[in-house]
Amino acid sequence: MTHTFDAVIVGAGGAGLMAALQATRGQSPAGTVPKVAVLSKLYPTRSHTGTAQGGIGAALGNSEEDRWEWHMFDTVKGGDYLGDQDAIEIMCREAVDTVYELEHMGLPFSRTPDGKIAQRPFGGHTREFGKAAVRRACYAADRTGHMILQTLYQQCIKQGVTFFDEFHVVDLLLDGGAVRGVAAVEIATGDLHTFAAKAVLFATGGCGRMFKITSNALTLTGDGMGVVYRRGIPLQDMEFFQFHPTGIYKMGILITEGARGEGGILRNNSGERFMERYAPNLKDLAPRDMVSRAMHTEIRQGRGIGGKDYLHLDLTHLDPQVIHDKLPDITDFVETYLGIDPVKAPIPVQPTAHYAMGGIPTNADGEVVIDERRTPLPGLYAAGECACVSVHGGNRLGTNSLVDIIVFGRRSGKALGEYVKRSAPAGLPADPEGQTRERLKRLREGRGPERVSSIREALQAEMTDKASVFRTAGELQKMLEVLTGLKARYEKAALQDRGSRFNMELLEAFELGCLLDLAQVTVTCALNRQESRGAHCREDFPKRDDANWFKHTLAWKRGDRVEIGYKPVVVTRFQPQERKY
Amino acid sequence: MNVTFKLLRFDPERDAKPHWESYQVEMEPTDRVLDGLEAIKGRLDGTLGFRRSCAHGICGSDAMLINGRNRLACKVLVKNLEQPIAIEPMRGFKVVKDFMVDLTPFFAKYRSVKPFLIESGPPPEKERLQSPKDRERFDDTTKCILCGACTTSCPSFWSNPDYAGPAAIVQAHRFLFDSRDAGKKERLAVLNTQDGVWRCRTVFNCVQACPRGINVTRAIGEVKLALLRGKA
Ligand SMILES: Cc1cc2nc3c(=O)[nH]c(=O)nc-3n(C[C@H](O)[C@H](O)[C@H](O)COP(=O)(O)OP(=O)(O)OC[C@H]3O[C@@H](n4cnc5c(N)ncnc54)[C@H](O)[C@@H]3O)c2cc1C
Ligand code: SF4
Ligand code: FES
Repeated sequence: MTHTFDAVIVGAGGAGLMAALQATRGQSPAGTVPKVAVLSKLYPTRSHTGTAQGGIGAALGNSEEDRWEWHMFDTVKGGDYLGDQDAIEIMCREAVDTVYELEHMGLPFSRTPDGKIAQRPFGGHTREFGKAAVRRACYAADRTGHMILQTLYQQCIKQGVTFFDEFHVVDLLLDGGAVRGVAAVEIATGDLHTFAAKAVLFATGGCGRMFKITSNALTLTGDGMGVVYRRGIPLQDMEFFQFHPTGIYKMGILITEGARGEGGILRNNSGERFMERYAPNLKDLAPRDMVSRAMHTEIRQGRGIGGKDYLHLDLTHLDPQVIHDKLPDITDFVETYLGIDPVKAPIPVQPTAHYAMGGIPTNADGEVVIDERRTPLPGLYAAGECACVSVHGGNRLGTNSLVDIIVFGRRSGKALGEYVKRSAPAGLPADPEGQTRERLKRLREGRGPERVSSIREALQAEMTDKASVFRTAGELQKMLEVLTGLKARYEKAALQDRGSRFNMELLEAFELGCLLDLAQVTVTCALNRQESRGAHCREDFPKRDDANWFKHTLAWKRGDRVEIGYKPVVVTRFQPQERKY
Repeated sequence: MNVTFKLLRFDPERDAKPHWESYQVEMEPTDRVLDGLEAIKGRLDGTLGFRRSCAHGICGSDAMLINGRNRLACKVLVKNLEQPIAIEPMRGFKVVKDFMVDLTPFFAKYRSVKPFLIESGPPPEKERLQSPKDRERFDDTTKCILCGACTTSCPSFWSNPDYAGPAAIVQAHRFLFDSRDAGKKERLAVLNTQDGVWRCRTVFNCVQACPRGINVTRAIGEVKLALLRGKA
């Protein structure tokens, strides 16, 4: 079945919904509002944006003085200077207005006593370029992402946005390098649909499910990144993957940094507040990469709790009312999954794979840029976690992803709306879904001995083991060999579900294919980058090396291989310095 | 530990009617029911159909009838359940495959209450002010994740599928009691119809079912009272 739209937005998390609102905003004369479809494999309100807890950063200065320049500095430094400063400046400036815009849409922020949006401290947020912590994270209890997702979806309903819920996009259609639309499986029927469009925006979120211990949803399998990569578009900075310090032990479920923002403390087996040794100034609120490394070091040196591979997040000294009012959801998680009351006992935590700093390279208008010279591919856009603008550089600051999805979701939606107004309709290539039909047929009809789930489990365990917080050439090399083996097994996978309706096994097989490709890119880029910067920590190259590695990585698919290129970092206000907290 | 599941299977493509099937899997006592379903699907029977995403009770994908009660499979641990763990789809919506139901009518009801802020005029330059007390007024109903557990545990809804149902009323409440909203009249009008809030018989099943701990019946009661008084 073929549908024709001006533009298609793939993904209905914060980035996709914000883009949809902008692209279909009706101030223009009747009839010129672009026809936009939002396709999502999940019902929009199931998107992972809804799980974000802690807050969205913006220098509103509601509780104390704050400036967007300080937010910018923190973002640049937090990212270990790899972020592009022109884009970071745009983000931190526009964060302020977009947060007000969210409030105007009805977002129920927590409030200060005088009725303003409430703000709290977060990791790496400082005043006056690093002098002391500042309250910048705007929050709605510990369910900020839930409120953002709900509010944006509500506004989309109000504005009459067209949704195709439970449509799983499996391919990007290009013709001679020009955007022509996407191919998608309707989950309810198994039918393959073609969406012809002049422009496509990917907002498909992260790929944390390549790891075993992760805060990411089971559906965060990097589909958007995988699809464009297979179509010859590079991915950027994929070696930078953030491990959040406080995942619930063994499960990976996130305990927001807001818990430390409210005064929570990390302790080792002797009860010591070990972060005092690693970051004397910011202590427990140092950036995530540093805290996660400190935790791994404590564990390795035998100071994990009971000699095991976890530590304690201690909230017991906090006022129970604060825990109840400001951290209700995490209290509920800890009670449900661990049977622990955080008011009375410390929480067992370990670092958890959390956020992809890398992704589909874009400029600040969300246009996908496909080479070292930042040449845009007309009509192709990306925003949110699947994109790499790059504002997060080597390590994302807490609360900056929500800022990213809102600011760049908005900008890319606007750019996309304008693009389709000025460009002529485009025809479809011959047999648009041919390649997809072939791929799905192969998956569906596989007769080999392998199961998708066992390949996926092996991938996740090996990645957590060999390519996480600390990395070495030896382990990464081994991981590449493991991946070659897993890819060969994937070719021999067989499905048990041969039906067409709601064939989730088939779609999981597709998702696993994306994860395998993305893991290969991640590991190849990690092996290639011989320095330690931000979240990428090479034990065999422990120092940051600006002379050789002050540059972004680009990775292209060349057959079964990954080809690597580079692109300069944009520096405007802040020259690289040593990163101390 | 060895855990036995009894699942009510139904694939309209192949089965004339639903039937029970048993499965055994090795699990940790602290594992979620969802982990069990994943293990069954991954190792024993890839045709099993259920929705899931976040795996920690926030996205609202996996509400189902577990040992006779509506719950999220990702929010209940196997050690807290009697065996065999019996699972059926939520009641009242058409089953499309195993534990997946057709949610179209559920989201249509949601949309019917105008679930969005209706403004009285252009917003100020910065944020609108709202006191912590006014914010608290509708806090409970902002927690809703649209999982459907309440509506599909409601006898009034079972006997009358046109009833708006608790979830939609919870969403209406979230706006009716928001000091910034100017759409109270329109929304109350929707709920004052025959299939609106008056179908509620205060059975309290919804409160039991809600995985977010929302006091659904109280919210419905407040909406009824607002209707009687003519204002929220
Ligand atoms: C537990 C947790 C807590 C967090 N807390 C914070 C925080 O406090 N502050 C902060 O700034 N950041 C936080 N983050 C990070 C932040 O929430 C995410 O990075 C951000 O929400 C991503 O938004 P998104 O719109 O890019 O993608 P998502 O919200 O993940 O949405 C992806 C969308 O794409 C769709 N999709 C995916 N693949 C396909 C496909 N093949 N076909 C069709 N549709 C598809 C999905 O259905 C979904 O609608 C947190 C992350 C986690 C995991
Ligand atoms: S009120 Fe509770 S049970 Fe009902 S849909 Fe919302 S979260 Fe689910
Ligand atoms: S999987 Fe998200 S609520 Fe259970």
